[in-house]
Amino acid sequence: MAGSNRPDQTGDEKPGAAAGSPNREQDLVRRSRELDAALAARKPARDETESKPATGGMAGFGQALKLSSEFIAGIAVGAGLGWLIDRVAGTSPWGLIIFLLLGFAAGVLNVLRSVGMVAEGGPGKARNGAGRPD
Amino acid sequence: MANDPIHQFQISKLIPIEIGGLDFSFTNSSLFMVATVATAGAFLYLTTSSRGLVPSRLQSVSEMSYEFVANMLRDAAGTHGMKFFPLVFSLFMFVLVANLLGMFPYFFTVTSHIIVTFALSMLVMGTVVIYGFWKHGLKFLGLFVPEGVPAILVPLVVLIEVISFLSRPISLSVRLFANMLAGHITLKVFAGFVVSLGSLGALGIGGAILPLLMTIALTGLEFLVSFLQAYVFAVLTCMYLNDALHPSH
Repeated sequence: MAGSNRPDQTGDEKPGAAAGSPNREQDLVRRSRELDAALAARKPARDETESKPATGGMAGFGQALKLSSEFIAGIAVGAGLGWLIDRVAGTSPWGLIIFLLLGFAAGVLNVLRSVGMVAEGGPGKARNGAGRPD
Repeated sequence: MANDPIHQFQISKLIPIEIGGLDFSFTNSSLFMVATVATAGAFLYLTTSSRGLVPSRLQSVSEMSYEFVANMLRDAAGTHGMKFFPLVFSLFMFVLVANLLGMFPYFFTVTSHIIVTFALSMLVMGTVVIYGFWKHGLKFLGLFVPEGVPAILVPLVVLIEVISFLSRPISLSVRLFANMLAGHITLKVFAGFVVSLGSLGALGIGGAILPLLMTIALTGLEFLVSFLQAYVFAVLTCMYLNDALHPSH
């Protein structure tokens, strides 16, 4: 779902400077941050149930449209790029052949990404969570 | 033809306008786009004009739609993403209201034309690319270079990633368009069965009950799809904007 690790969003609720000792203030900020984190941890689950009604009879259809559009878009863009390169550079048919294959790979990547099967390797970028939402 | 399931998507010129050999006619599609914007704008304006501390029912609908999109954007792109809130909210409301208006009998569905959805998605991708380059300069290109890939494979992977990036506006627009088109055609076909079966006499009228039930169910489903597709469009917009904000590869 949309971002299992959300950035913290507590920037806008700092208590006024006049409030109590700085220690207390820090404590308050820390606690509100913890609360936000706890709430954030809960949220994806709720989102999941929210979009649950889609998983009726239409869900398969929606899924099929989604995945096929991802896949076909990759191939179409690859073929289009290859064709353009051929036209510009006069390398027909090699551009089309190579870019069609690359487009195929990109389409597969799109599909895998949209079902969340591609681990977005590296520690810094689990940013999209499991993958794109449907 | 009254029974032609494609007929509902036909564009007709209401006010022919031609400037410099280009066709700028005001069509039924334009009319419904204007209606969409007017409906969404008027709804939001009128329901929030009283600004009750305790919101009325309609006011809370407007506030919910605000909250819904704001949370979606914050979840996907962080608080920095909120600068794109006007864009995402406008897109969401436009698609949602256009889809819902399309559910009225005899109304035209704006989002069932690929050029409309493609224009919307190109708007999103244009924003992503321009903002990404403006904000991060050439570091934005780091989006295409995943970490931990062997140096030999980098050119290949970059090419694939670029194609994958370029295919985003297409899949974004095709998804919305295909859902609306397919849904409306199915609805029309099943409703057509009711009429043609009903004209066959008593037995036909009995048989027409089945497609009638199907049509009712599909109508409900179409409302769901209208909302869901607007939601999906907005969520994907948020995720792409996130790439522009944090090209963190």
